[in-house]
Amino acid sequence: MSDVTAKKVLFEPVFSNNPIALQILGICSALAVTTSMQLSVVMGLAVCTVCGLSNLAVSLIRSQIPSNIRIIVQMTIIASLVIVVDQVLRAYAYEISKQLSVFVGLIITNCIVMGRAEAFAMQNGPGMSFVDGVGNGLGYAVILLAVAFFRELLGAGKLFGVEILPTINDGGWYVPNGLLLLPPSAFFIIGLLIWALRGWKKDQVEPADYKMSAHKVKEAF
Amino acid sequence: MSSKETIGKTVTVAFLLCIVCSIVVASSVVLLKPIQQKNKALNLKANILAAAGLLNEGATASEIEEAFSSIKAKLVDLETGEYVEPEVVGRKEALAYDQRRAAKDPKLSESIPSDEDIASIKRRVRYAKVYLVEQDGQIDTIILPVSGYGLWSTLHGFLALEEDANTVVGLGFYEHAETPGLGGEVDNPRWKANWPGKKIYDLEQGWDPKIQVAKGSVDKSRDDAKYQVDGLSGATLTSRGITNLMQYWMGENGFQKYLKKLREGA
Repeated sequence: MSDVTAKKVLFEPVFSNNPIALQILGICSALAVTTSMQLSVVMGLAVCTVCGLSNLAVSLIRSQIPSNIRIIVQMTIIASLVIVVDQVLRAYAYEISKQLSVFVGLIITNCIVMGRAEAFAMQNGPGMSFVDGVGNGLGYAVILLAVAFFRELLGAGKLFGVEILPTINDGGWYVPNGLLLLPPSAFFIIGLLIWALRGWKKDQVEPADYKMSAHKVKEAF
Repeated sequence: MSSKETIGKTVTVAFLLCIVCSIVVASSVVLLKPIQQKNKALNLKANILAAAGLLNEGATASEIEEAFSSIKAKLVDLETGEYVEPEVVGRKEALAYDQRRAAKDPKLSESIPSDEDIASIKRRVRYAKVYLVEQDGQIDTIILPVSGYGLWSTLHGFLALEEDANTVVGLGFYEHAETPGLGGEVDNPRWKANWPGKKIYDLEQGWDPKIQVAKGSVDKSRDDAKYQVDGLSGATLTSRGITNLMQYWMGENGFQKYLKKLREGA
């Protein structure tokens, strides 16, 4: 762990070790909030904040945490931070917090946050842990934005609420694809993104679990 | 290393952590509460104004407050259709009455028998809070709170009527969780523009609410086109929910008696 530099810790999770695309964590909220770019930006920021601060807090007290209650300790810290973030959003971004509804609260259950606290912050110093948390939040946000880009553009003809493709409903020519506004479409898009990412970075391709052997026995036909 | 694994240490760490976390959470809730309540109240006012067509786009908080100051809130007894004094619900002024909270209060509401509960709202309040826009002492617009179940959620909104208690000025929802882009299109200004000018009742035939959200677009040549609003494509259940909500709130368990009185009195 001596070659850990802040830059590497910050940017590695964005493409090389992306929490959604490689570790397949945090999928549930990625399905729910990616119907518009604006929501995704806010959600990405919220996860960055929670992940960064929870890593920082866990790392600060890591030498004090008894190992048999460490998961509960991490969970308590994360839950408290999420409530604070939720309250701040409700006070200063009322409209957006209305749309995000329960999903801010559900950051508590986001495996990325907990995963980083357990895997990174328990072994590393506070500064580096904070950077790692923000980096993983960024990795999450990047995928969210990519998914939201396709969903909002093709599903509603808009980006950040600004009309790009004038839809039939508004007197234009584009027939919006309603499926893209429903959660299942995010599965397709995340799948395609992972495919694209692994096509670009071949080392992310996992070895096959088994090999198909050639058919040798001649059976009755 | 072993020193932190004792029972005493475990209890101490857990205890301290709980104290610190609860202080952080509690103080954030308490400190931010006034701002949150202000947001909520402002949002409600903006929606009331929007339903009555009195809200300019991009209005600031102070503009909303100013426009709202000309609106009067009054309480209506839904069983008799008469106005009541705010003291009936234990408030000094009608504006302070929270109808949605009252719907959960057994003293101020009752559960609706399932055969009458067409809007699926489960409980009905005895007293409703209506808003009146007056001009020169005459009622100009009546703004009524409405709610009903759509596909995923209860929609809460306001319906504004002209002084004839029959012509729609506007309908808007301030709270719902319908699918964005499908049922969520209830917020689309183009859809909302379908409502102004529609009639609730065919007064020659009586006080049965005739307004409904059509399936597909309305055939303008039909006689009853003025009671129908274009449906939302891809949102059959939300559209049906809005029809039910209108039928309930304009019907005899809703504001029908009040509107009748208002019209007879006028």
